[in-house]
Amino acid sequence: MKTDQIIDNLAAELAPVRVLRPPVMRALLWLAVVGAVGAALIFRFTQWGAILPRLQTPRVAFETAATALTAITATIAAFELSIPDRSRHWAWLPVPTLLLWLAASGLGCLSNGLGMHNADGPVGESAHCFVFIMAVSVPLAVGLFWMLRRARPLEALPVAAVGTLGVAATAAFVLQFFHPFDVTVIDLALHVAAIGLVVLIGTTLRRPLLDASDGRQT
Amino acid sequence: MRAAQDGDRAAYSRLLREITPFIRSMLRRHCSHTQDIEEMVQDTLLTLHRVRQTYDPKRPFSPWLASIAARRGIDGLRRRSRVARHEISTEIDAYETFADPAANSDIEALGVPEEVEQLLQRLPPRQRQALEAMKLQDMSLKEASAASGQSVGALKVNSHRAIKALRALIRETMQRR
Repeated sequence: MKTDQIIDNLAAELAPVRVLRPPVMRALLWLAVVGAVGAALIFRFTQWGAILPRLQTPRVAFETAATALTAITATIAAFELSIPDRSRHWAWLPVPTLLLWLAASGLGCLSNGLGMHNADGPVGESAHCFVFIMAVSVPLAVGLFWMLRRARPLEALPVAAVGTLGVAATAAFVLQFFHPFDVTVIDLALHVAAIGLVVLIGTTLRRPLLDASDGRQT
Repeated sequence: MRAAQDGDRAAYSRLLREITPFIRSMLRRHCSHTQDIEEMVQDTLLTLHRVRQTYDPKRPFSPWLASIAARRGIDGLRRRSRVARHEISTEIDAYETFADPAANSDIEALGVPEEVEQLLQRLPPRQRQALEAMKLQDMSLKEASAASGQSVGALKVNSHRAIKALRALIRETMQRR
């Protein structure tokens, strides 16, 4: 078909659209809603007696802050990457805090003497952490993708990858308040595995979930 | 573009016509094959249409458009290299076919194209539209979808049904003779 004919058809079927708000604003809106729900859950269910002393140790406070910052930066990066004229370098935004988060968690393992289980925590707690991260991340990912798909990203892969990293980090941040003991090697491995699995599921299902405008779909 | 986002069809049509040469010249820097460039231009226009809600009127238009064109250009080049991996180019500048000589005897016996045209008119309108666009005018699924307003899935089904129905009509005509 001729290009002119395509232009005529596109013009003929044109309908008004609502312009998307700037990506940072949309990301902050998402973070505000998730933050409010997360805060309500934390205040309702956390055993403050066990958590507060832990949060006062510099390493745990640092790890918690790095987790929260990874969630925030990854979410902002996902919204930015979903818009055509934004730099692809946004994908690197959550990397420094992600590395700090992993380093702080690794340090926790080391201070724990690389033990396979923790004296403070019950054996088998690691599996609960895995289930917690998955159970919180999946509904969050559905909500986040619902917002991101309005942009019909040109490249779905980086959007899905950093978006799911953002929700997994959010889940891991909330988990800190229900995890009143240092991580073991198995804990850390399962946390990383859960986050990896969330990212893998999100990137695999990226096309239908994000209604992507990539080459294979238009 | 702002007017187009509000649904102004005339402004949109004017805009698309004005930006087409810019898109074409941009893509020409990456690809020399005229037919491929035109396909990438059309892809860019279709994508622009799909993501027009992402354009922020407070920001410049050209970088937004250039990002879409660049992305579609990369996709086009990838598609081309994929095709090139599976096809062999020959020295012969002709359309060589090696079909069974008897393969077209039925249709030739009908006295094409007038009689086939009459049979086509007997097909349901959506089936005929799908067949004409995809098989006779040689449009891609995407182009045929844009031209006919039918979804890609509907086009595939209607074109398949049209061929089946046409085959039955030809058989019926041949038996009557």
